[in-house]
Amino acid sequence: MSDLAIRNLFIIPTITFLIVFNIFPLLYSLGYSFTDFRASTNAPAKFVGLDNYKFLLNDEFIWRNFTITAKYVIISVSGQVIVGFGMAMLLNRDIPLKGLITTLLMLPMMLSMAVVGLFWKLLYDPSFGIINYGLGLGKFEWLADPDVALYAVALTDIWMWSPFVMLLSLAGLSAVPKHLYEAAEIDRAGSFYTFTRITLPLVAPILMIAIIFRTMEAFKTFDLAYILSSQPTTELIAIRLYKMAFLEWQTGQSSAFAYIVLIMVVAITNLYVKYLNKVKER
Amino acid sequence: MAGIRTRREVFFNRAAIAGVMVALFIMLVPIYWIASTAFKPRNLATTIPPTVLFTPEVSPFVKLFTKRSQLRDPVSQEIYDAAPWWEQMVFDGGQKVVRSNKGVVRRSGYGQRFVNSLIIAITSTFLAVSMGTLTAYGFSRFKVKGEDDWLFFILSTRMLPPVVVAIPMFLMYRLVGLHDTHVGLIILYTAFNLSFSVWLMKGFIDEIPREYEEAALVDGYTRMQAFFKIVLPEAMTGIAATAVFCFITAWNEYAFALIMTNRRAQTAPPFIPSQVGSGLPDWTVIAAGTFLFLLPVAIFTFLLRNHLLRGMSFGAIRK
Repeated sequence: MSDLAIRNLFIIPTITFLIVFNIFPLLYSLGYSFTDFRASTNAPAKFVGLDNYKFLLNDEFIWRNFTITAKYVIISVSGQVIVGFGMAMLLNRDIPLKGLITTLLMLPMMLSMAVVGLFWKLLYDPSFGIINYGLGLGKFEWLADPDVALYAVALTDIWMWSPFVMLLSLAGLSAVPKHLYEAAEIDRAGSFYTFTRITLPLVAPILMIAIIFRTMEAFKTFDLAYILSSQPTTELIAIRLYKMAFLEWQTGQSSAFAYIVLIMVVAITNLYVKYLNKVKER
Repeated sequence: MAGIRTRREVFFNRAAIAGVMVALFIMLVPIYWIASTAFKPRNLATTIPPTVLFTPEVSPFVKLFTKRSQLRDPVSQEIYDAAPWWEQMVFDGGQKVVRSNKGVVRRSGYGQRFVNSLIIAITSTFLAVSMGTLTAYGFSRFKVKGEDDWLFFILSTRMLPPVVVAIPMFLMYRLVGLHDTHVGLIILYTAFNLSFSVWLMKGFIDEIPREYEEAALVDGYTRMQAFFKIVLPEAMTGIAATAVFCFITAWNEYAFALIMTNRRAQTAPPFIPSQVGSGLPDWTVIAAGTFLFLLPVAIFTFLLRNHLLRGMSFGAIRK
């Protein structure tokens, strides 16, 4: 076989597959987003133009969902970066059994988010949860109190995904050339100086990648929050979208909503990638 | 590491070890709690103070796999004595195992859901990793017009929230009859993991020197033979790491499984929460289901752990 034939044989099936299962459905739902259609009935779709979009963009509840999501993303991602990077700094020394400890620390991220959500309900339980018992909080309501519930969901997310940030940070830290630290030591640089001038700038690009991944995932969060709490204050965009599409069966309207979310994701990703390139250039 | 250490360094190292221990404790307590609850009798699952020491039981697992109903009247001694040991455990929990009129034990849906999860996760991981490896090789070794654009397109398929894609996929699947089938979920998870697999594998294959294959080509190998006999073995670490990640994603996926399946092809993640129902949930059964569900991932990761840590840092440093 010629090289060209092999190249096509290796690449074309994947590209075709991804186009069929990504682009095609999206075009399909773009069409539905301009219609009044319910997938639960057999009534044909009725073209309504931009009505769905107008309705959604004027709906204050949708904007509340976006605000909640933004808050959630900021809390959980910053928590993960602090905890994950902190753990990586601790592990980046002569620690006995380092490999085993790292593997054990990764256990939370191997679990299913749905199952984690379910189980943390037990841990958060006001009467017999071990969190309240361990912290001596008495009957503190983690999930039933609307003001606290979002933080409780974010806390679970931090527990689950800090190891991911830790793993990437650890890879970044171990790639910092040792001679830089030796040089700093000879110059009698303080540990704060060494950290801010050597460690942080060199780890920044990889930390940024971890932040991008976690932001994208947190923005998409559905299972964890959906199972942990049913408070209106924890209704993230993905949950609202799920309810609209599969519980209320507003197929046309939810397609339009999905498109609004899609545009936001693309915009946020672009911002991030630009920032990442900036960090890399330095 | 340096042979001579200052007192300051020794102090910092000890502090770091103490810190790691605290982190390890906090991260592992919830997991220990799941694992231990899976072996508790029901009345010890929700006690205050929490029960740490107890005699482990397998009753949660018996309950997990059987259909049960509440005991209305206490069981008579004769029935109790005549029942097998595992059924006696269920009696002690205030429940009885449901039998069909032929006396056959009725099983819960968990076993079937677990098997569905295995079939779907293994097949889609295999497909995503093998297609991803081939495509990555194609991009790595041959000239492709607009290579960066194609690679970005492949990555972008991963950026969408699953729920966004789920609406059109649901309509399409219903149209072509893939709704609630194994094949349907396998295709979805493969598409989902493929982008990741291509990106990760490209990093690994880029690292393998081209000279290896060129030498093989000079020796009279064909391109295909060079790929399978030279490149593939070299890429094994990357393949293992990619497979672990794809498997974890497919195994744990919840949203699509919830939307795209209802009976025949449902996997375990939507099934376990559905057992909570109304009233007081039996946490020991949920813990048993969770514990069993964690095992395949834990075993798979443990077997490939060396590849995983190396593979992860490899891919991460380069990009």
